[in-house]
Amino acid sequence: MVRTRLAVALISTLALTALTACGANSDPLSNDNKGSGSSNSPSSVTVGSANFAESELLAEIYSQALEAKGVQVKRQFNIGARELYLKALQDGSIDLLPEYNGALLSALAKGGAPEGVSKPDDVLAALKKVLPAGTEVLDQSAAEDKDTLTVTQATATKYNLKTIDDLKPVANKLSMGAGPEWQERYQGLKGLKSLYGVEFKTFKPLDAGGPLTVNALIKGQIDVGNIFSTDSSISTNKLVVLDDPRNLFLAENILPLIRTQADNPTVSGALDAVSAKLTTENLTTYLAKVQVDKQDTKVVAKAFLTDNGLA
Amino acid sequence: MTTYLSNNWDTVLAALEQHIWLALLPVVIGFVVALPIGYLGVRFPWLYHPLVNVCGVLYSIPSLALFVFLPVLLGTKILSPLNIVVALIIYTVALLARTVADGLKAVDPLVVQSATAMGYRRFRRLTDVELPVALPVILAGLRVATVANISLVSVGALIGVGGLGQLFTRGFQLFYVEPIIVGIVLSVLLAGLADLVIVLLGRLITPWTRFQGAAS
Amino acid sequence: MNLSYLLDPSHWDFSDGSIPTLIVSHLWYVLLSLVIGTAIALPIGLWIGHTGRGSFLAINAGNAGRSLPTLGLLMLMVTLLGLGLTPVLIALTVLVIPPVLTSAYAGIRNLDHRVVDAAKGVGMRPWQVLTKVELPMALPVLMSGFRSAALQVVATATVAAAVGLNGLGRLLIDGLAVNDYSRVLAGAIVVAVLAVLLDLVLAQVQRWIVSPGLSKR
Repeated sequence: MVRTRLAVALISTLALTALTACGANSDPLSNDNKGSGSSNSPSSVTVGSANFAESELLAEIYSQALEAKGVQVKRQFNIGARELYLKALQDGSIDLLPEYNGALLSALAKGGAPEGVSKPDDVLAALKKVLPAGTEVLDQSAAEDKDTLTVTQATATKYNLKTIDDLKPVANKLSMGAGPEWQERYQGLKGLKSLYGVEFKTFKPLDAGGPLTVNALIKGQIDVGNIFSTDSSISTNKLVVLDDPRNLFLAENILPLIRTQADNPTVSGALDAVSAKLTTENLTTYLAKVQVDKQDTKVVAKAFLTDNGLA
Repeated sequence: MTTYLSNNWDTVLAALEQHIWLALLPVVIGFVVALPIGYLGVRFPWLYHPLVNVCGVLYSIPSLALFVFLPVLLGTKILSPLNIVVALIIYTVALLARTVADGLKAVDPLVVQSATAMGYRRFRRLTDVELPVALPVILAGLRVATVANISLVSVGALIGVGGLGQLFTRGFQLFYVEPIIVGIVLSVLLAGLADLVIVLLGRLITPWTRFQGAAS
Repeated sequence: MNLSYLLDPSHWDFSDGSIPTLIVSHLWYVLLSLVIGTAIALPIGLWIGHTGRGSFLAINAGNAGRSLPTLGLLMLMVTLLGLGLTPVLIALTVLVIPPVLTSAYAGIRNLDHRVVDAAKGVGMRPWQVLTKVELPMALPVLMSGFRSAALQVVATATVAAAVGLNGLGRLLIDGLAVNDYSRVLAGAIVVAVLAVLLDLVLAQVQRWIVSPGLSKR
């Protein structure tokens, strides 16, 4: 009896494995399906977003700006980390989404961003060379939202931390928290090690600058957190952002990443107008309405467009 | 709570609608698929134990993993709701095939013999006698599968498609309980409602069970 | 799509985040929630079954508990209580309670009432009736409820990783975040195998503790 059960269990597991192996030629990691998804009619655009509040707010701003110009918009927000939504963009599940030029460059360029490239225009130029086939970026905005290494005031005082360089001698006593993808990205643990020689005692995979990371940092469950520079929790909790003198974290100007098929003068016109008005300051202000005042993203996006004469 | 609801009515409704589709479509399809499979498990008794075990293994695959793999296996787009639907069909079949087999097995052999004696051929006997008699057991399984599906859909939010689950992730990102509570309440209400519908439907199509009373 | 992550020996040492350590933390969540859930549900289920009071609760607890979306509950608990083991245990315990409660109740309720009457007739006190007659005879049903609870918790404990804890869900969440499908596959396979092995163990336990007079083997 036990033996048959075990045998069946093993067979089922093997079957499952074989089943999954069948899909070997459609490996999701190889991006060989170039623009195969063309189910969307040109008049309808699917806007996506990553899984954090700012990305969703920006995506909503894009969506409403497009709708104001008569474009039909489908919303597919909150998809996941970059590794996931880029695939959604390439398979045509979404047509466009807000991106950050530096982070996107590091994700796409083999071996991370080229050396010496950190200023917004250089980053954009380098980015345009490595975009996946069938995609393009529109004008970039002045608004920046950088990855940061952030600590509490107490930790900063205790170890006398001002820059990431200061972490080097004490990192082996500290724990670090960020999204799980930080374990693999150059602009994460790898870059910290090779550029700064910083290796933390432990790494806790939490979320991309989200509530897990912020709360873990405040409650002392991690010592150093990866928090986005526009996050209102930095000022609310008097957190200390460590300087990045070696520019591990590149310029992070916000810009729309779009499938070429979905791009047309109406769409790019509407989005360029948004990017022209977007600054780090106003983004931070409007994001705080979502993060602190818990206002609805739709309401905040509408307020942004109205206040800037875009809708 | 009310301000959240009034401000986000559209979002909540859209999430609810998607949730209903994603949860209930697989129940219907899964039920139709599970009936013949369950029957096979009774018709060929040596199939019963493998069937039960395979169903057990299928049911223990974490839903998130299934949601992620199906695009690769099916060639669907990564954000296609189809992935969630197929995953939940698999779970539904895993739950129901066994229930169908158990229900049919539990039919009193005397009843089957009587039907045979009355001249029923195998197929007619199955559809007219055995299935109706097994129906209460099968419906109980259907209730479990429906309720389980409604709760499982929300895991899809981790990959961008998840009905009410999107309210969970949204609330979670802002450390804001209102959307999460709204999502949970709606999900539980939906499950309760679906459960009730199946119970009432069951009473309607198995009127004889009401007269047995304490006999069960 | 491949098995490279699963088969890579470096993922099988005992370093931080390796598969064995994730299995250990996964089983730890499972064990804790099974113990806590059973400690809560078993007495209530037995009491309801024994006295017949509150049957309505017992019958409906099953479906009501199942309908609570674990992910939502977990995110709610983390939002309210912060990061840690407690929110995960609450969410998983809620999964354990309904099947154990319902099966404890059903196991006792469905006993031949003549057996219980006979036990009373030979002078057993209510406590003795419960512990010496009802509970042993309800064990097969009770164990099947417990086993289905265990199966479900093993698969569901993966959500712990969605809120920054460990367990085999780490392989799923991290694999998804970095687009490493072979890691997700490794997670799925290990979880499924773990569930099967645990069920085998529990089946053996059931064989040991269920009175031979009942199992008809």
